[in-house]
Amino acid sequence: MKTQDHDRERSFTVSIFTEDRIGMLNRVTIIFTRRHLNIASITASESEVPGVFRYTIVLQATRAQVDKVVGQLERLVEVLKAFVHEEEEIVHQEIALYKVRTGTLANGAVERVVRENHARILSVDTQFLVIERTGHVAETQALFEQLKPFGILEFARSGRVAVTKPMKELSTYLKELEAK
Amino acid sequence: MKTTQCTGAQAVVRSLLAEQVTTLFGYPGGAIMPIYDALYDHRDALEHILVRHEQGAIHAAQGYARATGRTGVVFATSGPGATNLITGLADAQIDSTPVVCITGQVASALLGTDAFQETDVMGISMPVTKWNVQVTRAAEIPAALAKAFHIARTGRPGPVLVDITKDAQLGLLDFTYEPCTGFRSYHPKPELSHSAVQEAAHLLDGARKPLMVVGQGVLLANAEEELLRFAEKTGMPVASTLLGLGAFPTDHPLYVGFVGMHGDYAPNIKTNACDVLLAAGMRFDDRVTGDISRYAKQAKVVHVDIDAAEINKIITADVAVHADAKDALRALTALVQPRQHADWLQEFSDAKAVEVETLAQHTGTTGELRMDEVVQLLSARTGGEALVVTDVGQHQMVTARHYRYRSTRSNITSGGLGTMGFALPAAIGAKLAAPERTVVAVIGDGGFQMTLQELGTIMQSKVAVKVLILNNRFLGMVRQWQQLFFEKRYSFTEMVSPDFVTLAKAYGIAAERVEARENLEQGMARMLGHAGPYLLEVMVEKEDNVFPMVPTGASVSEIRLA
Repeated sequence: MKTQDHDRERSFTVSIFTEDRIGMLNRVTIIFTRRHLNIASITASESEVPGVFRYTIVLQATRAQVDKVVGQLERLVEVLKAFVHEEEEIVHQEIALYKVRTGTLANGAVERVVRENHARILSVDTQFLVIERTGHVAETQALFEQLKPFGILEFARSGRVAVTKPMKELSTYLKELEAK
Repeated sequence: MKTTQCTGAQAVVRSLLAEQVTTLFGYPGGAIMPIYDALYDHRDALEHILVRHEQGAIHAAQGYARATGRTGVVFATSGPGATNLITGLADAQIDSTPVVCITGQVASALLGTDAFQETDVMGISMPVTKWNVQVTRAAEIPAALAKAFHIARTGRPGPVLVDITKDAQLGLLDFTYEPCTGFRSYHPKPELSHSAVQEAAHLLDGARKPLMVVGQGVLLANAEEELLRFAEKTGMPVASTLLGLGAFPTDHPLYVGFVGMHGDYAPNIKTNACDVLLAAGMRFDDRVTGDISRYAKQAKVVHVDIDAAEINKIITADVAVHADAKDALRALTALVQPRQHADWLQEFSDAKAVEVETLAQHTGTTGELRMDEVVQLLSARTGGEALVVTDVGQHQMVTARHYRYRSTRSNITSGGLGTMGFALPAAIGAKLAAPERTVVAVIGDGGFQMTLQELGTIMQSKVAVKVLILNNRFLGMVRQWQQLFFEKRYSFTEMVSPDFVTLAKAYGIAAERVEARENLEQGMARMLGHAGPYLLEVMVEKEDNVFPMVPTGASVSEIRLA
């Protein structure tokens, strides 16, 4: 069904479950590259099933585009299953690390920012300390903006990790696939 | 299971024998020498055709596969040997041709070091293969090849590349061969949905103006008989895509022609008049649909395809039947009511009469020879029973339009990729696969010069193919577009060629040139009557155009007859 919603560009999260093989990441990203779609973030790790990898890819696209991408991902012979989710269908999180000078702790301002943002101090060195914040991009970005005046020596943010709200488990899909 | 110790290279050859491979195409080089050495001991059981360029090897393997449905096999060395396969891999991928390419690779310790003749073959071939794998240990070779053959030939077929490092070829293993029958992430045979078939049958039963368009999927599923039974029961008109030609006899009363950019007038315009469009084993290529916003909008679309990713990719299906064409057509035939559509078929006949009459006004039997006359004569003299391999361009469209294919697996052409240079090597492969058939490669003067080195293969391996060059001294299709859409600015399309007859004779191939109409009949007879390979060059009108034509961006309804 062609609707306006179908053609509206927005954020989607694609979860791809694959066999653990060399080059799998390349096979997956080629599908996006071919359609000139930019990947906003990507994470990969072993899933709850040993030997099955989970890729979580966030991108801006239309529903029509992302549905076709999922079809082509599932066509890859070592992809077990691919799902596409709208923002409200998943629980997701990112982790950010901020490195600032230890001296900034002196007047208590950094401590206040850490408390107010529900961040935590991960490591303290004589030269620098590392602050950790998990949350959505908006939250980790807000902390970035608040720490900026103190001088951020280094900043790193992970890609999105996400689990889905529907209760069907991957292992159920795998059993279905193996039964075929 | 009994095991015997052997080298990785010997395991490659034994695996091919276990897969009942009898013919392969290749070109040796440093990184694949152990495999060639192992092949030497089995050269009676495995016929290896030495080509003149690796592109020739893979196109020959494609021709071999498409003539028979068996998997084509290619050997090439690392680096340039492997990169020369890329065009053929892309061609086989887009045209769903089962091919297994085995490439040699530098020793595993040298991977990634810019060693001599090292290329990232895995990376380069990944986007143009159905699957690829790199093997670095001898013990992994049999399983990798078993998986490669399974993937290449099942589901929607396609090319697979197995890259084997030199140390893996030289290493020892205990050889056993177990054919691959499947693995958990790959489900090539979809389960037919009974409810989808019922819905499709219901739509067809209610249709007043149904139209069926069949593609290569019907051929790949060996569903020609099921198609015939289905069509005859429903009485619905059957049109074909370029790659579907031959799946349905073109002399059948229900056959209404070939669809697409240079297809027939009737099925193109009736696509926008039918009430149910049944697409079977085809993928709505842009050369078939023209402007999709004005394609079959009035019709309910039933799409039968084995590849789920094709369904709703271009045209949204009202009923999607995700299935092998054979299963789907069998199930549909059982459910549909017997019907006849005499008035609707008459509309096709009327439209065809318009096409024939209009085209006749623009052609004659004076002046220079035209491509269509040559193809019509070829069709008549071979009774529509030859295996015709075409290249890409005007001659390809003219052959598709005028050759009256009467049997399946008679049309081999580069459809999706449009690879000039495809026909000569593909015809070599086709002839080796079907030695009892007359194999004619119809090629333009441009495409012939892209792979003409394969005349050497024809000479050395004594392959009795007929090469029919339609020489218009232009890159005709590009010139036609320049004439119609670029104000006749013939930018680099006029081509000066060598004397093809002398060239063929240098390779020991009988050849002649026909320039006058009165000599065509005899020239054709000599080509077809000759026991060995034969090259017939026919000089045709320089600036002839192929019509009908759906210009790019136009709707199929806007097909031009002149």
